[in-house]
Amino acid sequence: MIRFDRVSKRYPNGRDALREVSLQVEPGEFVFLTGRSGAGKSSILKLVGLLERPTRGTVTVNGQDTASLPARAIPAYRRRLGMVFQDHQLLMDRPVYDNVALPLVVADAPFRDIDKRVRAALDQVGLLEQVRALPSELSVGEQQRVGIARAVVGKPVVLIADEPTGNLDRGLALDVMRLFRRFQEVGVTVVVATHDLSLVEEFGQRSIHIDDGKVSA
Amino acid sequence: MISPATWTTRHLQALVAALGRLLRRPLGALLTTLVIAVALALPAGLWLLVQNARSATGDLATAVQVSAFLKVGTSVERAQELATTVRGQPGIATVTLITAEQGLKEFRERSDFGKALDALESNPLPHTLVIQPTTVQRDAAALERLRGTLAGWPEVEIVQADTEWAQRLAALLAVLRTLFLASAVLFGLGVLAVIGNTTRVEIAARLPEIAVTKLVGGSDAFIRRPFLYSGLFQGLLGGLLAVGLLAALLAALEAPVARLVSLYGGQFRLAGLAGEETLVLVLAGTLLGLVGAWVGAARQIARISPQP
Repeated sequence: MIRFDRVSKRYPNGRDALREVSLQVEPGEFVFLTGRSGAGKSSILKLVGLLERPTRGTVTVNGQDTASLPARAIPAYRRRLGMVFQDHQLLMDRPVYDNVALPLVVADAPFRDIDKRVRAALDQVGLLEQVRALPSELSVGEQQRVGIARAVVGKPVVLIADEPTGNLDRGLALDVMRLFRRFQEVGVTVVVATHDLSLVEEFGQRSIHIDDGKVSA
Repeated sequence: MISPATWTTRHLQALVAALGRLLRRPLGALLTTLVIAVALALPAGLWLLVQNARSATGDLATAVQVSAFLKVGTSVERAQELATTVRGQPGIATVTLITAEQGLKEFRERSDFGKALDALESNPLPHTLVIQPTTVQRDAAALERLRGTLAGWPEVEIVQADTEWAQRLAALLAVLRTLFLASAVLFGLGVLAVIGNTTRVEIAARLPEIAVTKLVGGSDAFIRRPFLYSGLFQGLLGGLLAVGLLAALLAALEAPVARLVSLYGGQFRLAGLAGEETLVLVLAGTLLGLVGAWVGAARQIARISPQP
């Protein structure tokens, strides 16, 4: 499903974020990426989301070598992924409904499907009553759940989340993780980057530890 | 594969979104539209000036003519023979014989010298051949050849080919036409620049939204769509406003021009844009708006990369 083969990433400022990283995530698996801030977890997710390209090595997602994807094919590739971020990346001037519907709108989905799937996604994250609310009217935890609803509304095969619980208290963080677990149970491959080791221990999933741009044993 | 209904709805949504954004910043949209309208109205006004100048000075085909005054004493029959001979020459459109009697009669009718003319013992006017060359024979060299031929005939006293003013007018109109073309190109580029820059500013103001849209799989074409509609709509409005500005200008000029023309005893009336000219102007504005928005949006949107 996701395979990194001797992947290195050097940013324009000269920082080596990843050095010869090789890892594999199987279809339907739930994997934590752990490590301190700046270890390279986010870079791995960015490479999966094609927000960055590797400097060396091969990243394969769903059997597709991402290096062979032309720029015009990237939007369609991203529509098959769900991405969740610590800062939510919501459109603050649009209601919850519009935020969650965005991946379906950009995919030119029919209107009937959009309405059905947006309501289903919001129901899954427990925000069906907030469809008309603006993100600024919601709590941080609710905003994160809007971000998750948006990530899963397009029925992605892979869900990647970068520090999704970073701004949440313990209770909300556990709620979010349970949500991810539910998506994994229906066949979605979930990769969560976090520095919160207690969360990893509590959920007991496989974890890949990243240290200074390398996979550590 | 997207269904036609979904495709149409998406485009309508983009159109409505573009209109909504224009309405949310009415002053900015109005000023941009006004700049476009003025940029379109200036070359269009020059075009109207050329058209009206041509109309006011009459068709140059009638302006370019050669008059051959025959020697006094030439018989009417001989004058008619000469007229027939000239008609047989290549490059001659029409030949009109104005006999001395007709000339005197016209002069009497048009002047106040009736009594003075009565005092004359004989008609001092000659028979005159008024010759109009065909279009191809209207250049200076061809007219000079015709003048030389006529002047060589023994019955001809004077040949008058007063074409200089017509040639000057034609040259002036040619200059104006060139000026129109140059201004159309320059102001067209101006419209492209205005709309392109407006689009770039709007994109810069919506960077976060565009980045998020890309993050969830929005293509450049999807993101570009409302900006293209915005440019197209502003170009269309600019074209319509330009038509309105020209109509207002013509309405303001109508009375003064009519007064001026009446002083010269003319019948000329200012003409506005014809139906197809109006259509061309509005379409030009719309097209420039669309292209300007494309130029402003395409590269800038392509350069935006989503950064969580």
